[in-house]
Amino acid sequence: MALLKTDNITMQFSGLTAVSNLSIEIDSKEIIGLIGPNGAGKTTAFNMITGVYKPTTGDVYYNDTNITGLKAHEITHYGIGRTFQNIRLFKELTVLDNVIIANHLRLKSNLMESVIRTSRYRKEEKHIYEKSMSLLVDLGLEDLKDEKSSNLPYGKQRRLEIARALATDPKLLLLDEPAAGMNPQESIELMGLIREIRDKFNVAILMIEHHMQVVMGVCERIYVLDYGVTIAQGVPDEIKNDPKVIEAYLGVD
Amino acid sequence: MRDRKKVLTLIFLLVTIIAVAVLNFTLDSYKLKIITLCGIYIILGLSMNLINGFTGLFSLGHAGFMAVGAYVSALLTMSPALKDTVFYAAPINPFIKMIQAPFPVALLIGGIITAIIAFLIGAPVLRLNDDYLAIATLGFSEIIRVILTNTQTLTNGSLGLKGITRYTNMWWSWGIAIVTIFFMIWLVKGMYGKAFKAIREDEIAAEAMGINLFKHKIMSFVIGAFFAGIGGGLLGHLIGTIDPNMFRFVLTFNILLIVVLGGIGSITGTVIAATAVTILMEVLRFIESPISLGAIHIPGIPGMRMVIFSLMLMGVILFYPKGLMGRNEFNWDYFINKKFLKSKKKSV
Amino acid sequence: MDIELFFQQLANAISLGSLYALIAIGYTMVYGILRLINFAHGEIFMFGTYIAFYAMTSFLLPWGGAFLIAIVLTVIFGLLVERAAYKPLRNSPRMSVMISAIGTSFLIQNLAIVIFGGRPKSFPVPDLFNTVIHLGNISIVSITFITPIITAIVLVFLLYIVDKTKTGMAMRAVSKDYEAARLMGIDVNWVITITFGIGSGLAAIGGIMWGLKYPSLLPMMGLMPGLKCFIAAVIGGIGNIRGAVVGGFLLGLIEIMLIAALPALTGYRDAFAFVLLIVILLIKPTGIMGKNIAEKV
Repeated sequence: MALLKTDNITMQFSGLTAVSNLSIEIDSKEIIGLIGPNGAGKTTAFNMITGVYKPTTGDVYYNDTNITGLKAHEITHYGIGRTFQNIRLFKELTVLDNVIIANHLRLKSNLMESVIRTSRYRKEEKHIYEKSMSLLVDLGLEDLKDEKSSNLPYGKQRRLEIARALATDPKLLLLDEPAAGMNPQESIELMGLIREIRDKFNVAILMIEHHMQVVMGVCERIYVLDYGVTIAQGVPDEIKNDPKVIEAYLGVD
Repeated sequence: MRDRKKVLTLIFLLVTIIAVAVLNFTLDSYKLKIITLCGIYIILGLSMNLINGFTGLFSLGHAGFMAVGAYVSALLTMSPALKDTVFYAAPINPFIKMIQAPFPVALLIGGIITAIIAFLIGAPVLRLNDDYLAIATLGFSEIIRVILTNTQTLTNGSLGLKGITRYTNMWWSWGIAIVTIFFMIWLVKGMYGKAFKAIREDEIAAEAMGINLFKHKIMSFVIGAFFAGIGGGLLGHLIGTIDPNMFRFVLTFNILLIVVLGGIGSITGTVIAATAVTILMEVLRFIESPISLGAIHIPGIPGMRMVIFSLMLMGVILFYPKGLMGRNEFNWDYFINKKFLKSKKKSV
Repeated sequence: MDIELFFQQLANAISLGSLYALIAIGYTMVYGILRLINFAHGEIFMFGTYIAFYAMTSFLLPWGGAFLIAIVLTVIFGLLVERAAYKPLRNSPRMSVMISAIGTSFLIQNLAIVIFGGRPKSFPVPDLFNTVIHLGNISIVSITFITPIITAIVLVFLLYIVDKTKTGMAMRAVSKDYEAARLMGIDVNWVITITFGIGSGLAAIGGIMWGLKYPSLLPMMGLMPGLKCFIAAVIGGIGNIRGAVVGGFLLGLIEIMLIAALPALTGYRDAFAFVLLIVILLIKPTGIMGKNIAEKV
């Protein structure tokens, strides 16, 4: 049974087909790459999976449950976490608060309990604090916990986005260009980090990435999109030598 | 350290209570009324700041919420006999006539009904963003006013309600203000307050983190409306008469001024600004009324007070958008450290 | 309702609707460029009416000259408002700009109370606009005909500017993508100035028409028409000039006809617009003629 399965999902924006008939399957604890030139529809695919857009046609299954058309927050609840290509942290809030907020969805206490601070609420709050701190330690951000998140350097902001997504307790983590804006050194560290995350948190990872070294180095399977169409899929070595992929990336005279 | 802060907070509360008691005995009734009004505006300012400042929803419906709270609670405290004399133009609905409740219960029911109405308004409107939300909430506030004017047998129409017993005193207004302050502090510090702030910062990210936008927006909106309704009820029982014209957009404007001046998203700022603006509103009354100094007669300038207030609002937003406090709050640590540093310097 | 009364009311509705349309165009143009509800639009409208009033009564100008001066001064006034209250906030959060707009609206309103006085002033209506025309059993005041004609002329003129001229092309570009237009070398500030100027000019024309139709001036007179015309603009699809005209007519028609049909609702007249707004926003938030825009994630 696949953890995530998209069955021919298609997204059209007023006549323009951004993604057509995308079918991907991801098993638990797999690391999958989604690559393709700019404008190939990769982020649109993410948005369909996470409920930001409802696919024009086709269905998304999570653990065999049809989650097509559910709201984004409901899909997060099921166990799909994500980061954003153009970094969407809660800018004015602290690093720690960014992570704490991502625990809110699993909170059992209601609003009044949080105001009068019942013992159940205090217990939950303490647990969330400890869990968030340990996530920050895992991503090497513990020293920056009280910093305003927008003050972080670019690479650290990307790490914080990952920490935040992990705080929602996902089984599938969607990373949208995690290496963008990172220097070569940081990119190499990131590869190690992605594997560590998979092992420690038992998550499957689907990542969009342009940095080929990272993709080829860490992904177990890769899907390639071009103009919304899936032109290739397979293990890194197959993809590297696929003439269609080379054509899409380099163009043909 | 934690205990020390608790002790300090308790001392602070005690001082406030003593201050209220002392002021209650020493001030004349006019000044007492102003101080009482300050407490009410603190409640109103905080309720708007929760919606607009902490959750980032630009709502302009406060006057409408206050109107609902004021009417409901006033109709509950007025005696059947009094209602009969007030409703001389058209007889009052018999059910509304008979129903009666003591002041605190009336206030609470006023707040709850306001919250219910806010829920009904919010359900469709909170799906809208920014400017549309602002206009739609302003629209609802106006609709509430138009309805109050036209439902003669329920609200006495444009004649309004008169002879409401003036139950609101220093104790009630400041008591409820302090409860509201602590409620807001704990709410904003807690997980739900953090979720509200996340929505303010970035709706799409908040939703991707599993926060149900609609549910949390409506929670913030309804809680804000509840306190606005209580504030409206207190106001009605302070002034003694209410009519639909009292609840025009300008009332929302005054509260908005408090929130902006104090800092959008700061509880401390709202408390300070509410007090300052309320006092200023009274002090500036003299500009609008004629003054006679012996032989010299200075005519009043109607409209001048609001000119000053609009200039204040624009001045803050144009030149000092953070307001008094920005998003900062008063906290004992800062206070202790500063004091500590000062005494250290002296000893050197 | 008999047929004569119906036509009488229809004429009123078209007249009021065209007046709403005129003011709504100003709203829609400014919103299209700046994404800003110009809360002060109603106050600019009020200012225009007062200037025309003083030009005629204090300076004893003939009405044509008075109206022209009122329009010119209102345009200048509108541009000053933009410079002072909106331009400094171009990169600020939406809420700040809106608060500034609300502040401006209240400031002008209350300055008007201070300067012009709070008592109503009666607007002198020249005979041309006040002649009663009899059509069978229906009698209609000439202003009822003149307003739609003026709106039509203004609309043709504006559509020519927006669709055919270079300035119009720049306006469309800025409203599509502010940042891209700036990078393409369009003088965005100039476009904003032109737009605000046109919007304020339309507000002045609308204000004068309003004065001719309802000749009692008050400093608060801009508030309700201002809100209603914004609503008309939203109903039609904000940012769309043709939409504003449709919205204006629709609002005028509904207001007059609903009351004519159900006189019991007279007291609720000012609530219609808001109810209509909420209904439209829930069914089709982009308005009748608006396009859907999805937020980029």
